[in-house]
Amino acid sequence: MKMKMEPFNRDFITPIEQFLTKFRIPAWVLLGVFLLALPHFGFNTFIMRLFIMIGIFSMLGLGLNILMGYTGLVSLGHAGFFAIGAYTSALLMVHTDLPFLVTLIAAAITSGVVGGILGLPTLRLSGNYLTIVTLGFGEIVRMVIMNWRSVTNGVLGVRSPRPVMFGMEFTFANHGFYYTMLVLLLLTGLTSAAILHSRTGRAFLAIKEDEIAATMMGIRITRYKILAFTISATITGVAGGFYASLMPHIDHDVFTFDVSVLIVSIVIVGGMGTMRGMFLGAIILIAFPEVSRFLMEYRFVVYGLLLILMMRFRPQGILGWKSRLPYNLPKLVQKRVETGVQ
Amino acid sequence: MLRIESLHTYYGYIHALKGIDITVGAGEIVTLIGSNGAGKTTTLSSIVGLVPSSEGKIFFEDKDITNSAPHKLVWAGISLSPEGREVFPTLTVKENLLLGAYTKHNKASIASSFERVYGLFPRLYERTAQQAGTLSGGEQQMLAIGRALMSQPKLLLLDEPSLGLAPNLVAMIFELIEEINKQGVTILLIEQNANMALSVSDRAYVLETGTIAMHGDAKELAGDARIKEAYLGAH
Repeated sequence: MKMKMEPFNRDFITPIEQFLTKFRIPAWVLLGVFLLALPHFGFNTFIMRLFIMIGIFSMLGLGLNILMGYTGLVSLGHAGFFAIGAYTSALLMVHTDLPFLVTLIAAAITSGVVGGILGLPTLRLSGNYLTIVTLGFGEIVRMVIMNWRSVTNGVLGVRSPRPVMFGMEFTFANHGFYYTMLVLLLLTGLTSAAILHSRTGRAFLAIKEDEIAATMMGIRITRYKILAFTISATITGVAGGFYASLMPHIDHDVFTFDVSVLIVSIVIVGGMGTMRGMFLGAIILIAFPEVSRFLMEYRFVVYGLLLILMMRFRPQGILGWKSRLPYNLPKLVQKRVETGVQ
Repeated sequence: MLRIESLHTYYGYIHALKGIDITVGAGEIVTLIGSNGAGKTTTLSSIVGLVPSSEGKIFFEDKDITNSAPHKLVWAGISLSPEGREVFPTLTVKENLLLGAYTKHNKASIASSFERVYGLFPRLYERTAQQAGTLSGGEQQMLAIGRALMSQPKLLLLDEPSLGLAPNLVAMIFELIEEINKQGVTILLIEQNANMALSVSDRAYVLETGTIAMHGDAKELAGDARIKEAYLGAH
């Protein structure tokens, strides 16, 4: 008996998504062309920098999403991994002649290793207690940066040189930063998608849903939790390394608790466990402070209000799964039930 | 196939299992009946290592598996369908089943597991892409059993498969349990519905407050006056 497998049907279907599913390939091509052509529309440096920041924070969202959206572990210390990635890359560029690509990989590895080590307490802690440990971790990283003067230059920070790749210096004028961001974002997105649709991704989801049931499937929970921390920290480290190359100067003050909260907010607003949500979350939360400048000091009131409204009306995030919405009967059945016709 | 020797399990100061002996032979269906709090679920939890046991030994195919890590037993060939079903609610039926086959790497063997489970439960095939949390209770029970079968276990532990199901569904689930057994899976069943359970089983054990009160042939136990009075509701 041969069976035809149905495709996965996780995401909910809106008319827009129906349209996108139908024209999936043209839509992707169109989006790709648009993103590639974006720098040539004549935006000024300020706007281009905003686009790049959105890209960086999308990556940070994708990184945290693996931990929070897939595995169900909330981290309030991702600014720490961001800082480790940034400092690793920046210090290597200052003190050695290694090419940017190598310092970026070093940033990813350092951050990933530290992530794995931070993952170890997850063997004993869960829920809010784990979140508090990660919160402490973020602050510890900042303290180390401030006080380890011989390496990090303390509170004065690090001035990193412009990265050079294939004999070309990255600048805003030649859009080197923008295209590097696109490439990194593409790589992060593909990695993320590959993980979600693999055996590993299913193990993550199972742990998030029910740890005991996951164990009874033969999944070694501790190993996967550490793995989730490692992957998440690696992606965050890459974003950090790139951020360090973008900024002429980095110091401890960039990687505060606020950044950790911002990353968590991106994941929540966009929709935990969705990838598209991370991009949307980053666009909204990074562009919002700029777009709403006319509101002046009231913009944080509006920001807070928006978050409260989100929590009330769409707790699963803008692009969150339909799982928490009531199950809708097919239209015909619904009509029959409503009118009482058999 | 499974041999439990004078097993003691404590929850803190509570002595939940007071030295029980159970054997399950290859190809059998063995039932564990008993009232609430008798220690039925504790027995299963002890077998799979979810609850540590303080004394006694558990052997699976003559290997000592006492207090081994739960995830290792799935690899060894023991699969548990837990009480209250515990399917992964936001994952689809297919993803739930794929997780059941987590210990299998071979694509062909996963495909044959799918064919077997979908063959036993055609309803699950109809709902492949549906989220498990939106299934009915009976369908979730089918999914829990199907998921446990995906790892191609030698021994299947079923914890209260009839819990909260309508009578005709209960009958159907028990028919399927017999069918699964015929396919060569040894089954250790825990049930409150003693009548049903005894009718499909080869042998049975009666648990009372942490000790084995009676054991023997299922048909004989079903005829026993004390069992009738205590569990079968006969007057």
